[in-house]
Amino acid sequence: MTSIVQIKDLKKVYEGGFEALKGVTLDIEEGEILALLGPNGAGKTTLISTVCGITNPSSGSVSVGGHDVVTGFRGARRLIGLVPQEINLEPFLKVWDSVAFSRGLFGKGRDDAYLEKILKQLSLWDKRNARVMELSGGMKRRVLIAKALSHEPRILFLDEPTAGVDVELRKEMWDVVAELKASGVTIILTTHYIEEAEAIADRIGVITKGELLLVEDKTSLIKRLGQKQLKIELSDPCDAIPEALSAYALDRVDDGHALIYTYDTQAERTGITQLLSDLAKTGLHMSDLQTMQSSLEDIFVGLVKEDAA
Amino acid sequence: MNLSAVWAIYYSEMARFFRTLAQSFISPVISTSLYFVVFGSAIGSRIDQVEGVSYGAFIVPGLIMLSVMTQSLSNASFGIYFPKFIGTIYELLSAPINYFEIVLGYVGAAATKSLFIGLVILGTASFFVDLQIQHPIWMLAFLVMTCISFALFGFIIGIWAQNFEQLQLIPLLVVTPLVFLGGSFYSISMLPAAWQTIAMANPVVYLISGFRWSFFGLADVPVAVSLMAIGGFMVLCLGLIWWIFRTGWRIRS
Repeated sequence: MTSIVQIKDLKKVYEGGFEALKGVTLDIEEGEILALLGPNGAGKTTLISTVCGITNPSSGSVSVGGHDVVTGFRGARRLIGLVPQEINLEPFLKVWDSVAFSRGLFGKGRDDAYLEKILKQLSLWDKRNARVMELSGGMKRRVLIAKALSHEPRILFLDEPTAGVDVELRKEMWDVVAELKASGVTIILTTHYIEEAEAIADRIGVITKGELLLVEDKTSLIKRLGQKQLKIELSDPCDAIPEALSAYALDRVDDGHALIYTYDTQAERTGITQLLSDLAKTGLHMSDLQTMQSSLEDIFVGLVKEDAA
Repeated sequence: MNLSAVWAIYYSEMARFFRTLAQSFISPVISTSLYFVVFGSAIGSRIDQVEGVSYGAFIVPGLIMLSVMTQSLSNASFGIYFPKFIGTIYELLSAPINYFEIVLGYVGAAATKSLFIGLVILGTASFFVDLQIQHPIWMLAFLVMTCISFALFGFIIGIWAQNFEQLQLIPLLVVTPLVFLGGSFYSISMLPAAWQTIAMANPVVYLISGFRWSFFGLADVPVAVSLMAIGGFMVLCLGLIWWIFRTGWRIRS
């Protein structure tokens, strides 16, 4: 794969000295969905704003499709569509006019057939003559996406596309994103919903306090950083963890009806065989066994906590 | 040059003008007609002539300038302030356009609207008074230059303003008094000597004087000075706008 966006040592210091980005380096591959995960104030929106030209970088460089975003801003911006976090739309405009305006602004000639296609794709065709202020919140978000897609961009930035929307609409948005990916659009989305990143991203970047902690393939990230837990359900409850099992750092749960063993999947030995053998020696009888994989959320919380420590 | 973007902004701004036709077009026509009734007929009937021109006709250039200046200011300042206020400015900042193209779109539309209003007022005035324009080309040139330079000034106000109160501050507290005191309804020569000297510090005097000259051949200051004043004002505004976009002042963090 080739990088369509290259960010090198990007720093952003706001007036007043707040360092929003502390030297971010990131390559975004063409055709992928990259989710930037981070808590509020992590620098996600600043990073997107700097790539898109809304914020001036303090130092470092950003190249989009081979065009520097400062010196070759026209070439770079033509490739980018941006869906902002806030619903920023002119309320009095009709949906069609609003989308057509965006297309013109990005230097594209009139193409009614293309606009019709994206409005239909986003289920907005029936509302094309409605004024923006007459639409529901979900519809307005879709108008923002339609505007961002109006000039046929190769890269789409979605800044918290599902912040504050209901579950149904969130799923609809994910479907839209999947369709866009299928059509070859590179998608970068910021979110603080772990499940969103887990559901739709190919790669995940974790950003906090202006630093990119890691960028990795979603599956390998979960696998690499994931911890597994073994739940041993007991036939008879135990009052305390037997001394002979103290080395395993077990957690007693369900009023002593079960024990939890946490282990590293990447370790040379998981210790499960020895644990079960030692368990049998203590006279405890197990009725069932169950393993659980830690979620991306657990990984994320762990990473951010680690960084704060 | 991204002409498509310039057109998109221009078209969108003009569409707003036609969407709010009553506010943008009918109200200045009505208020100008009222000026004619009050100043032209009621007061004008007691003033014979000013420098050989009937008072009703004499105030026409001043009235047009009054409307054109205030309309250019308000149209251009609102045009760029509104996207800032509702947040749609992000689209302008992330689009492949440079500052000159943004200015061309917004200022071009604001200037077109006020030019249109100016010409409508001229037409309305012709129903009230007998008008003869001695230098029609110059009249049009002065009108267009005033529309453009005040739209540029309005654009700066729109970027500077951080709320609606500030948006109105300069037009109401600075420009309107300067226009009223700039000889819209009288000749500067009618003022006492000391006030004539003070009036020369009012830049609007030069614009109204030049414009009035194009109608009647009468001027409070030489026409060349008027032209230099308006040209200088335009260059000053363009310089300020260039600086605003270069530094991103109040638009780009």
